[in-house]
Amino acid sequence: MSRALSLHIGLIALLFALQFVLPAYHHGNLARIMVLAVYAMGYNVMFGYTGLLSLGHAMFFAAGMYGMGLPMRLWELSAGPAFLLGVLAAGLLALLVGLLALRTIGVAFMIVTLMFSQALFLLILYFNPVTRGDEGFVLPQASRQMLGFDLSDAGIRYMAALSLFAVCLMAVYRLVRSPTGRVLIAIRENEDRARMLGYDTWRHKLLAVVVSGTICGAAGAAYGLLFGTVGASFADVPFSILALLYVLLGGPGTVIGPFIGTLFMFYLRDLSGAVTDAHMLVAGVVLIGLTLYARRGIMGVIRERWAPWLP
Amino acid sequence: MEFGPHLILAILEGLVQASVLTLTALGLSLVFGVMRVVNVAHGEFFMLGAVFAYGVASTLGGAPAVGFVAALIVAPLLVGLLAVVSDWLVLRRLDYDPERTIVATIGMLYVIQQVTLMTFGPDARPVEPPFNQRIAIPWFEFTEAGLEFYFPWGLSTTSYKLFVVAAAVLAGLGLWALMARSRLGLVLRATQLDRETALAFGIPVERVYAFVFGLGAALAALGAVLVVPVRQAHYLMGHDPLLLSFIVVIIGGLGSLRGTVLAAILIGMSDGIISVFFSPTLAKILATLLVAMVLVYRPQGLFGAKPA
Repeated sequence: MSRALSLHIGLIALLFALQFVLPAYHHGNLARIMVLAVYAMGYNVMFGYTGLLSLGHAMFFAAGMYGMGLPMRLWELSAGPAFLLGVLAAGLLALLVGLLALRTIGVAFMIVTLMFSQALFLLILYFNPVTRGDEGFVLPQASRQMLGFDLSDAGIRYMAALSLFAVCLMAVYRLVRSPTGRVLIAIRENEDRARMLGYDTWRHKLLAVVVSGTICGAAGAAYGLLFGTVGASFADVPFSILALLYVLLGGPGTVIGPFIGTLFMFYLRDLSGAVTDAHMLVAGVVLIGLTLYARRGIMGVIRERWAPWLP
Repeated sequence: MEFGPHLILAILEGLVQASVLTLTALGLSLVFGVMRVVNVAHGEFFMLGAVFAYGVASTLGGAPAVGFVAALIVAPLLVGLLAVVSDWLVLRRLDYDPERTIVATIGMLYVIQQVTLMTFGPDARPVEPPFNQRIAIPWFEFTEAGLEFYFPWGLSTTSYKLFVVAAAVLAGLGLWALMARSRLGLVLRATQLDRETALAFGIPVERVYAFVFGLGAALAALGAVLVVPVRQAHYLMGHDPLLLSFIVVIIGGLGSLRGTVLAAILIGMSDGIISVFFSPTLAKILATLLVAMVLVYRPQGLFGAKPA
């Protein structure tokens, strides 16, 4: 087993072991962090590996969340199929957005993704009778059952979050080390050169968008199921920025960076809550600090200094 | 109210909205045009304009007109200075790299917004307009006696709203004169056309950038001071102007000031009219989708020329 593989499997094992020793408060936090880290990992596939900066990833998270939650609320679909439906909805949305947005590059791409995401957010508000708009809705505990497990139980919730996290972590690990992943990195470094070498860069970028959107959708659907809430704030601009923040802090283009970034940011917010209610202030300061002084993020610096083998 | 008077009312409201939007969007467009920087914190400069206007008006006290005139001068100046400082502290150090400046201005957005929340507080606060006469507007109908004029209930505007429109037109003309007729405008346009050559001709590009960033923010603040007597100062009020300015700047063609003005009038009016007859949310959904489609299929904007 290579160093890189053992590191990632070790992280999963560590997270598995932690559930037996952590106090209840941090146990709950970590379950939430793992689901949010999946969201950040999805974002990282596009931003960190392919070099596509999106400002609208909340739309994929929300597509997963509402794609799962609405059928449960309206037609009393059971949790398993609803989860799959949410992932599917996010994947299809990503395909559509990718087909349109990838016709643009650079600043225009960021704004197009921002606008699509904003349109979805406003649509959720507009269809207030169906989606309950701003307030969102709660999924009743009785409906949150999957394969005979009660997802609202803290222990099972932790394991469910860990399973999703582990699957996505290993999937991204495999992807970025595969030939396809190498092409994505080549596109990030120099798209013209990759095209000149004969790679269909457009198709690869579309693949990155769809994979990224699907992972984010899975995170959204899981978040709704595990924590029982579906709300419009998960579709709003600040939630898109949060993914960017997690990845920038943890290290864009590293497999475990998004998890590290989510972990740090979550607790930074938690700790700053004691000082001020204005919790986005920390996010703002960290964003400016990162762009000014630490572009590579935590894992990026570690890779540069000590561990060049880090994927 | 019948359809006709209702439409007039919608157009009047749209006109006020379009005027303020023109100023705000011109600021964004100027910054993008000259510096190639997408300033996501632009809406917060707008908000700061309104908050400073409240601060100036409430500390001065006395007649509303005195406070308002003082705010009209002081608020844009203060906001402009703040923008210059943030340019020197942050954007200059990023070498104006497009992606990094976007991320940094997102950070600035949150810092400004949250600091305002911590100091100014979460309440919406009003600024009194300097004058505010109600002006009733006549409408006509055909009766057996022929054409008759009457004043429908609810169809009116205020002198202050008309002043907002006039002031925006004046400020717009002022900006045009600055860009097209002054030496400073020449320097700005030269920097916009070709940064390297401008640098070679001894234009202090960094100082030009700082000035433009300040001017863009001051324009947004001016728009906010004008609108704050109609709406109220609130720490989240920068959100909508930011979104609408983005829409305007993109539809008008990135960096084209003339396109920006045309698009601001179009978007401001149609947003006002759709908001009156349908729902504001629907108006915004249509506008955001329009923007996305314009960027995808006509990146030079609806009014911009195709690049050669």
